[in-house]
Amino acid sequence: MNEFARFVSLTVYGLADGAILALAALGFVLIYKATRVINFAQGEFLLVGAYTFYTAFVLLRLPLVLAVLVGVAFAILLGVLVERFVLRPLVGEHAISVIMVTIGLSSVLKAGVQMFFGTAVREQPKILPTGSMEVAGVTVPVNRLLVILIAAIVLAAFTVFFRRSRHGVAMRAVADDQQASLTMGISVRTIFALAWALAAVSALIAGVLLADLSAVDQNIASFGLIVFPVVILGGLDSVPGTIVGGLTIGLLKQYVSGYADPGLAEVVPYVVLVAILMVRPYGIFGETRIERV
Amino acid sequence: MATATGIHHRSYRAELRLRHTKAEWFRFGLVVVLLLVVPYLLNTYWLGIANSILIAVVGAVGLNILVGFTGQISLGQGGFLAVGAYTSAILSTRAGLPVPLAVVVAVLVTAGVGALFGLPALRLKGLYLAIATLASQEIIMFVVRRWGFLTEDRGYIEVPRLGFIERETFEVQWYWVLLPITFLAVLMARNLFRTALGRSFMAVRDQDIAAEAIGVNITRTKVTAFAVSSGFVGLSGALSAYYTETVTWERFTLDVSVLYLAMIIVGGLGSIAGSVYGAIFMMLLPALLTEVGDKVRDGAPFIAEQLPAIKNAVFGIAIITFLLIEPRGLDRIWSRMKDYVRFWPFRY
Repeated sequence: MNEFARFVSLTVYGLADGAILALAALGFVLIYKATRVINFAQGEFLLVGAYTFYTAFVLLRLPLVLAVLVGVAFAILLGVLVERFVLRPLVGEHAISVIMVTIGLSSVLKAGVQMFFGTAVREQPKILPTGSMEVAGVTVPVNRLLVILIAAIVLAAFTVFFRRSRHGVAMRAVADDQQASLTMGISVRTIFALAWALAAVSALIAGVLLADLSAVDQNIASFGLIVFPVVILGGLDSVPGTIVGGLTIGLLKQYVSGYADPGLAEVVPYVVLVAILMVRPYGIFGETRIERV
Repeated sequence: MATATGIHHRSYRAELRLRHTKAEWFRFGLVVVLLLVVPYLLNTYWLGIANSILIAVVGAVGLNILVGFTGQISLGQGGFLAVGAYTSAILSTRAGLPVPLAVVVAVLVTAGVGALFGLPALRLKGLYLAIATLASQEIIMFVVRRWGFLTEDRGYIEVPRLGFIERETFEVQWYWVLLPITFLAVLMARNLFRTALGRSFMAVRDQDIAAEAIGVNITRTKVTAFAVSSGFVGLSGALSAYYTETVTWERFTLDVSVLYLAMIIVGGLGSIAGSVYGAIFMMLLPALLTEVGDKVRDGAPFIAEQLPAIKNAVFGIAIITFLLIEPRGLDRIWSRMKDYVRFWPFRY
């Protein structure tokens, strides 16, 4: 029974980590799908999101709902500004330039947070209840379950948005074929801005959840790198892939760290990444592209 | 022949020359003189920075061979530097190999490891390859941190000072050791792109499918490019091991990979001279910011306090600015300046 309890609790922790990873990866995939940009600053978007919420909620003492709204507004603004002034001038440039500009951006964003808030850990009251409850005879923390629930709701909302709303359909059209979308009267610029704004919002949610589970500090940004195994596993341009990839990597990390070695858990996602790239270079759900001269 | 309308070659041999005009030879002479008098002009602190630059130049040239000339994006630079540093340090401290031999073996080992981690490049391109090399960086770092054998469970390797280096003249002596090595490495890289191998690298970069159609063996070219590039990087890592006299994993993190990528972006992708300019620029930047911070410590303590954050911000802003304003880097700016003088008073 003890062994079972351990398994259940590792699973819950893994799913909670995976849910946050899926949210972070969702933003990443949104950007890649619409604009073919690999965003190395995704972790810093989480970081900025968490600190914006902290500023609104703790420093300005706004009520929770209002603080979330401030966070969302700031995330949208940040996403749109980054797209307009950093990425748009590089449309059509070589992949290395695009990667490096997002790396430069990550450095600037991190430095910004460091300047305003320093490197010390910030105290933030827990938003989610911290108690624990019984599931199948095993005690598990409530906040992890809630994180899974919130992430599921957000991911479902995004899925509905893509399938039903005008802008969601337009985004899928642009991802499919930019020129054809332009001839149909879709503004590709608006879609690009929308993709970055939505990515920043999903990063904000991931960042706030992550900060609530751990702490408000610079380490949040390091979550950005584990997004890569997730998106490679699921496919760089697949939204359902982020959920599968996120949960797989989240569970894998918890199991390895619980049953084998916490240090090993840090590197296992990357080993999986290399293995997948060798076998299925375009991920489980990714689209294979054929290139011609 | 150099005329106001440009440089016109009259034979293939003339076109292949490294330097075509008298002005180029003159500038080359100036640079040589400058490099020879540097140790007499700089104090120990700045000479130390000059030595770090010389080591970084070798690494940046290596990375540019891979990224700028072959078009294979690599985020694994830090890992390959680590392979070079650890191999040479272990060989000379524990296996008792003479230092020059240890460096040569380190270069070969790093080239081998580079070729191994270059294998994904056979199936992957562009963004996917960047992520694969990110994984190789993380995996090498994990091995280096956790494999107790490497450091005999101490977490670091202490490398004894080279026999002939005196404490008082440490930086000056190192300068004379590093200068010829770096010079030869740069010259070798420059010559590489006058050979068939170097040209096949560039063919793969420009359009790999077309390169294959005209008879370039892509598999061999890509793996060779990873090996050659990693060889240079391994040399840089090995030199840094002896120069800094300690080897710890903290000096080879992903940030280092990013720093080297920044060097070649700022200097100019696909340009050997650009790698040199970029390495100088990116190594001088933090040192100059520290200087500025010290100067304004009394007047504006705020800036001095925020120096680490400011360094990060300036680093990022430098990358973004170059990519947005001059994607071909300092090398392109320099050649535009030369053109401006040559064609004056005409615009072109």
